[in-house]
Amino acid sequence: MHELSIVLSIIDIARNQARRAEAERVERIELDIGLLAGVEWDALDFAWKAAVPGTILADAERLVHRIPGRAKCLECGSTFDVQQLYDPCPNCSSPFNELLSGKELRVKALTVC
Amino acid sequence: MCSTCGCNQPSDAVTIVKIGEAVAPDHTHANGHEHHHHHHGHHHHHHHSPDHHHAGEKTVLELEQDILQQNNLMAQRNRGFLEARNILGLNLVSSPGSGKTSLLEKTLALLNGQRKCYVIEGDQQTSNDAERIAATGAPVVQINTGKGCHLDSDMVHQAIRKLDPEADSLLFIENVGNLVCPALFDLGEGKRVVIISVTEGDDKPIKYPDMFHTADLCIINKTDLLPYVPFDVEKTKAYALQVNHHLEFIELSAHTGEGMDAWIHWLETALQPQD
Repeated sequence: MHELSIVLSIIDIARNQARRAEAERVERIELDIGLLAGVEWDALDFAWKAAVPGTILADAERLVHRIPGRAKCLECGSTFDVQQLYDPCPNCSSPFNELLSGKELRVKALTVC
Repeated sequence: MCSTCGCNQPSDAVTIVKIGEAVAPDHTHANGHEHHHHHHGHHHHHHHSPDHHHAGEKTVLELEQDILQQNNLMAQRNRGFLEARNILGLNLVSSPGSGKTSLLEKTLALLNGQRKCYVIEGDQQTSNDAERIAATGAPVVQINTGKGCHLDSDMVHQAIRKLDPEADSLLFIENVGNLVCPALFDLGEGKRVVIISVTEGDDKPIKYPDMFHTADLCIINKTDLLPYVPFDVEKTKAYALQVNHHLEFIELSAHTGEGMDAWIHWLETALQPQD
């Protein structure tokens, strides 16, 4: 249940940034979460509902960009979608690849007022 | 260049500050060299920073901030401290019951007298493991995470301060038994070691790929039980290599001591300063 740690970190970031901007509340928060980031969506949602009430994010609209996994084959150079870290290259079947995206875990933007 | 604040004073004006002592952010160093700020006629324009905000207005703050940034920053501080003292930090991760603590007990006994070792024990509750380790004579700090399912870099930071490990030593960090959550949290370790025992399923590497993806070494423990269980070592290695083709393997039995020499050799090799 590391998703709770993640939600608490998001709340910290929102609180600090809102304070810096001298804002009173956060209207909207945009998150980038990669599909291979090791975050279970249902668990994150559960932790969110448990942790967010009473914080600066209590009334914030949450927008999540789920970023698909993409990899580049180290043998033939082709790029392809990956569902799992161990997906082989669809072109040459090589298991050696470099992950290009899918591990994101970012607060992309906050709308404050 | 002055290494304290990056100004253009010559580097022979070295200041040596005791670790842990705060360096005041003013521009006068303890040895008396001073930084003069000349404003060569250029004017400072004070803009509002882009995140400056007037009450009542709606503002979008483009952050692109890593959610785990705080953990990663503290992890890098731990890493820098360990590297400066040439201490090999090892983050030991596995399911509960794979034999991490038994492996540590055996390792500490074998290294006794030849290599100074320190241990940080992570568990949700009890100091049972730390007491087992303390019996070997190694300095040990127990972290109880309460309901937490993983160690983080700040907990490890506090534990390292308590241990104050000496140079050229080994620091074993036994993470909470869990193959999922600890994968995401960098502690500042030099190497991550995932332990799997032959009483588990041989498809663990693809069931829990994140942990194998971030590990440097995979120890396959309890090999003395191989005649009695349907565990296929080669299949496990093949699965693990699909996830992480850099992964190394050591097969051993902490119980009988078989294969422990390869592990000790791996530790000594990893501790050598890299060029």
